[in-house]
Amino acid sequence: MSAVLEVLNLKKAFSGLTVTDDVSLSMTPGDRVALIGPNGAGKTTFVNLVTGNLRPDSGEVRLNGEAVTKIDAIGRVRRGLVRSFQVTRLFQEMTPAEHIALAILQRDGRAGKMFGNFLSMPDVMDEASALLAKLGLHDLMHRKVSEIAYGQQRLLEIAMALALKPKVLLLDEPAAGVPQSDTGRIEQALADLPSDLAVLMIEHDMDLVFRFAKRVIVLAAGTIIFDGSPADVTKDAAVREAYLGSYANASHAV
Amino acid sequence: MNNEPSATNTRQTRTIGRDLIGIGAIIIVAVVGYLLFPDNLALLTRIIAIALLVLSLDLVTGYCGIATLGHAALFGSGAYAAGIAAAHYGITSPLLMTLAGILGGALAGLICGVIILRAHGLPQLVLSISLIYLFHEFANKASSWTGGSDGLSGISPDPLFGRFEFDLWGQTAYVFGVVLLLAVFVLLRFLVRSPFGMLCRGIKEDPLRIMAMGASPKIALIKMYVISGAVAGVGGALNAISTQVVGLDSLSFTQSAEALVMLVLGGTGSLFGALMGTVVFMLFEDYVSAANPFHWLTMVGVLLIAVVLFAPKGLYGTAAGFIASRLEKHI
Repeated sequence: MSAVLEVLNLKKAFSGLTVTDDVSLSMTPGDRVALIGPNGAGKTTFVNLVTGNLRPDSGEVRLNGEAVTKIDAIGRVRRGLVRSFQVTRLFQEMTPAEHIALAILQRDGRAGKMFGNFLSMPDVMDEASALLAKLGLHDLMHRKVSEIAYGQQRLLEIAMALALKPKVLLLDEPAAGVPQSDTGRIEQALADLPSDLAVLMIEHDMDLVFRFAKRVIVLAAGTIIFDGSPADVTKDAAVREAYLGSYANASHAV
Repeated sequence: MNNEPSATNTRQTRTIGRDLIGIGAIIIVAVVGYLLFPDNLALLTRIIAIALLVLSLDLVTGYCGIATLGHAALFGSGAYAAGIAAAHYGITSPLLMTLAGILGGALAGLICGVIILRAHGLPQLVLSISLIYLFHEFANKASSWTGGSDGLSGISPDPLFGRFEFDLWGQTAYVFGVVLLLAVFVLLRFLVRSPFGMLCRGIKEDPLRIMAMGASPKIALIKMYVISGAVAGVGGALNAISTQVVGLDSLSFTQSAEALVMLVLGGTGSLFGALMGTVVFMLFEDYVSAANPFHWLTMVGVLLIAVVLFAPKGLYGTAAGFIASRLEKHI
């Protein structure tokens, strides 16, 4: 199958400090990849380079074979590269129904319409209700986001990303900050992601990584030190060194 | 799942109900105003013109979160466009003058929007202040067009539909103003709950999140600025038609700041708040300046401090919140 996302020799330095050092990876539809690495490994920078929020010093990003390195973040979203955020970024004064409707309307190029209300657009309402029902948020669809629980807000983040019908989805710690009791629902939502969608998940919680990912990429000091199956990652000497090294440093600092 | 259509319908019925209440309230207030102040229709017409300015400001400040102290640039441009059309080009039909005001305001909105939206926060505020001074100075210097500091005179609008004269009694101007306000109010109610209105509310809360959805906040905000300019332009044209003169004060920093004060007084982010703030501020100002010509500004200041401290959501926002919480208790 042809690659939906390709990253080729990506490099980025901040005032001389190399944060992303010659990183390449390729993903095909249906991929479930987890990106892990110790703190300061450059995961966030890498994600920002892929989404277009940062410009690389060199290297290339391709979506569906098209080079998008010079295309800004908005243009990449429109080409099917969608991300969720580590800390939920939702519109507190708006309802889940409004969030999803806005995403659907934006996807279809109708978000600039100055007449009509999405409540009276049956196609939008049907799609939004179905999506929210799938994630168990249906009963809350007309509540303000500020009134719903954090775990549900995380689900809404995923729903919003899905409403954009992405080809590649970047999930930045989808379960961060969610109480243990609610992680089950999030894992279920992750398991139910469309099978033709390529998913790259950044995650610290190794249990979640092992349950979700079919492939694990380990980033340390800006380079990929491991790219393989979850079963092999714990046995890999370089990975252990990277993690133990960082733990050793951390305990030393304390 | 099964209660969903009814819940959605209830929400729609509720918004339509609020529209009808709003239209009814505007008509009732307009009639009461007419009955209470039959000799002071000029003041009431001016309140309507300024209400259009404050509504226009609410679109960019209340709905989109743009900080501006230069919004009278849009209002004044509309007033001058209508006035210049009449005084220099002989376009004296009130409807065409209003159209000129809309175009003038929209153009000024485009110019201001493109410039103001280059910055955020305090720099944005400073840009808006610079713009209103530039507009003011431009109107002052271009005196062959605008009459400069003497004001633009020689505006004599035709009778409306060939029958209703814009005379000293000001009845025609008042009714014309009320109809314009109702038309604008209805159109804006559509606008703020349209997909575009929802997009703008999203931009106000988190523009980066909107970008992550693939939408461009900047293009949406410039569109809103142009619409806002058209609305302010209606107000400016109404002022030019009803007073038959356009002065530099319509394009002033003071007018911009007062509009912002009225909006905060009534409550930002709500069309009702904008209307209420304008009416309360201007009637209060008129009343206390007549009652105590020496200390009226002090009283206006005290009123504003009281509202900001005790009703931070504005008069309408606080009243609406109070009523909503009472209703919830009863249910």
